[in-house]
Amino acid sequence: MSTPVLEIDGLRIAIDGGAGQGTEKEVVRGVSLSIQPGATTCLVGESGSGKSLSALATMGLLPSNLAITGGDIRLNGESLVGARPRRLRDLRATRMSMIFQEPMTALNPVARVGPQVAEVLKAHTGLSPAERRERVLAMLDRVHLPDPERLYTAFPHQLSGGQRQRIMIAMALILQPQLLIADEPTTALDVTTQAQILTLLEELRREEGTAVLFITHDMGVVAEIADDVTVLRLGEVMETQPVDALLRTPRTDYTRELLRAVPSQIPRPPRPVSPSAPVALQTDKLGKVYRDAGWFGTGREVVAAEAVSLKLLAGRTLGIVGESGSGKSTVARCILRLIDPTAGSILLAGAETARLSRRRMKPHRRKIQIVFQDPMRSLNPRIEVGESIIEGPTNFGVPREAALERAAELLELVGLPRSALDRYPHQFSGGQRQRIAIARALALEPEVLVADEAVSALDVSIQAQVLALLADIQDRLGIGMLFITHDLGVAAQVCDEVVVMQSGRVVEYGPAGRVLTEPEAAYTRRLLEAAPGRDWDFANFRPLERPASGGGQPAAVPAGA
Amino acid sequence: MTDLASQPTTPADVAPAGGAPSVLREIRRAMASSPIVTLASILLALVLVVALLAPWIVPHDPTRLTPTARLKPPSAEFWLGTDAFGRDLFSRIIMGARISLIVGIGAAVAAVAAGLALGLIAGFVRAADAIIMRFVDGMMAIPNILLAIAIVALSGASLWTVLVAITLPEIPRVVRLVRSVVLSAREEPYVDAAIACGSSTWRILHRHLLPNTVAPLIVQGTYICASAILVEAILSFLGAGISPETPTWGNIMAEGRIYFQINPGIILWPGLVLSIAILSINLVGDAVRDALDPRMSRRGIDR
Repeated sequence: MSTPVLEIDGLRIAIDGGAGQGTEKEVVRGVSLSIQPGATTCLVGESGSGKSLSALATMGLLPSNLAITGGDIRLNGESLVGARPRRLRDLRATRMSMIFQEPMTALNPVARVGPQVAEVLKAHTGLSPAERRERVLAMLDRVHLPDPERLYTAFPHQLSGGQRQRIMIAMALILQPQLLIADEPTTALDVTTQAQILTLLEELRREEGTAVLFITHDMGVVAEIADDVTVLRLGEVMETQPVDALLRTPRTDYTRELLRAVPSQIPRPPRPVSPSAPVALQTDKLGKVYRDAGWFGTGREVVAAEAVSLKLLAGRTLGIVGESGSGKSTVARCILRLIDPTAGSILLAGAETARLSRRRMKPHRRKIQIVFQDPMRSLNPRIEVGESIIEGPTNFGVPREAALERAAELLELVGLPRSALDRYPHQFSGGQRQRIAIARALALEPEVLVADEAVSALDVSIQAQVLALLADIQDRLGIGMLFITHDLGVAAQVCDEVVVMQSGRVVEYGPAGRVLTEPEAAYTRRLLEAAPGRDWDFANFRPLERPASGGGQPAAVPAGA
Repeated sequence: MTDLASQPTTPADVAPAGGAPSVLREIRRAMASSPIVTLASILLALVLVVALLAPWIVPHDPTRLTPTARLKPPSAEFWLGTDAFGRDLFSRIIMGARISLIVGIGAAVAAVAAGLALGLIAGFVRAADAIIMRFVDGMMAIPNILLAIAIVALSGASLWTVLVAITLPEIPRVVRLVRSVVLSAREEPYVDAAIACGSSTWRILHRHLLPNTVAPLIVQGTYICASAILVEAILSFLGAGISPETPTWGNIMAEGRIYFQINPGIILWPGLVLSIAILSINLVGDAVRDALDPRMSRRGIDR
């Protein structure tokens, strides 16, 4: 057995007391792992598990209020803990490098991408400018970016998310480091792009023999890419196993919980349609065009949504799935009249609302409510939770006292104590805030609840709880739910019908069971094939048996598309 | 089950009560953040107290002429000496603090109030935005002092016209600041949620958007205060300010200019007090900004 590229041994990291607070709080508590050359180790865990901190400590990039308080990190046997900043700087990019989650913010927006990559060479090699340019062009080609000559002079904003992540990978690997740390590199990307980036990382790892430390929260990605998996929880290692063994025979309860919480790609059994269910919401050829009215004549037009027709019955859940830019949120915002649709009609509980003025829309607002994606921003941080919840009812003339009493009941309904009423949002975790947002939406007793990526920002275990809560609420109150998501697994678990959108248009519309297993549209098929971990039934700890899926051609992905 | 599933339901999981994110507490902390800021706060408080109690602590009537004691050097009776009309310099500087602070605080409050109203409307009501902002752009094209002199020249010199003349040119900057804060805050999902649950425009403005502007406005207010005191002194010095018999720091310096070689204290002392007051206000304002904007302190250069 050769020496591991990276060995982390009993690593401990603490928030140092510093000025103000004297207490020392450990956030990483004895993490150990090792990676052999050419292997991929996945570091899995929910938020706050210390996975990113362990990686940053390896790179010597810990924020200044954190300090390593114990253990050792060895790169090819050389200890990095206590190494001089100068030595760490030499090692970065040459022996170890890192790519981050958000490729837009990781690149300098005001510099052309080619020179940004070349800067790595300038800092660490004695190559001449012409040689540097040659190397960069070769590297851009290596990460399958089309037309490297042209891209060399492009600015980051001119590239797509996938292309930017390829640039980041090129920058990280240009000096052929032995270790690549990838911190959630595909989390911000669409599934099809994610699949391409994972394929690229896999290819480079195989050809260059780079060891990869891959940080993710997504079990699907783990199943696609890992050799070994280390599961972290609250700064402690729960277990380390080869990927196949981990997915089949997890050793700890925590891992089992984690796997059970992963939404399955197999649609749940269809629910019977009640013949008497009224139509809660219907749109007909709904459209939204953004016009950039220029000073002279007509300006640019952007079609955000076009001819979207859908129908939601009371007590049912309609999913809208699609990648970023597909117009799914635009449709939701039009339906809620947060923006004004430019075409088509909206029938909300029997009333036409597409053209109503702001004033005339008001009585209809109580029939439709929304839960947003980001629980940190969807509650006003300066207002007590109770006040946020009763804002809607008091707008419609409910007396304050009665509204507060109802708010307390709603908080209990969503699984929070009544005492939460007079606390502030920052005193709650993300999952708890999302529950509060749901309580606020329910306070008006709406007939339609729109969930706009309502569980995307949550850890899987919390996500499973919130989904269960939504299902429970729907059972009890019989409301119609419009569920917008990019996650096909989530869609498969909650939706009765599914609308698939691409570039503002509906490409497929039908029962979830049919659309997500036997898609008719090529785009839906592409989405399904790109979904990571689709060959595993995580919750039952076994691979899926499915008939040799989708014709078997791995749909030649256009590089950097 | 592990505690995974039960996590959000137990009350114990809810963080301990910490109360509202208090602006006042942050400001208090900011004032104690460094020795210089503490010193500035103390000096500022001293100026405030002196200005408030001025009529009771002045040793002489600041407007009484004593022709026999003109341009005297500092003595036991006249601590800082006398001016060209034999008035006690020390008493005049103390009384001058009143005018300066009235102008400073008055201008800050008035400019912030007017700018806040206009900025909120410009930020939230799209139709009003273009009109208000073009007007504001126009105002900003005129130099502050020039505009102030023009206003005073048109309407005669009194405390009130000077106050208006100093406040007006400060409003555009406040409008821009408030508008930019509102523009970014109105994109927050909680504002969308408020619209979705039928809140009126007024309610959204004062409940969800206004609180966002408080922190930047406190900071902007301190700068306006400092700049107003300075502009008042400049106007008085140029003779376009409050009538010369009223003691203001600018007036004292303007009169003392001619007698600089006989009694330099006439310019030195009011100038020093003016500088200290403005420096203190700015230092406190900076500290408050740092405290209210955590981004300023996050990342240090340590590697």
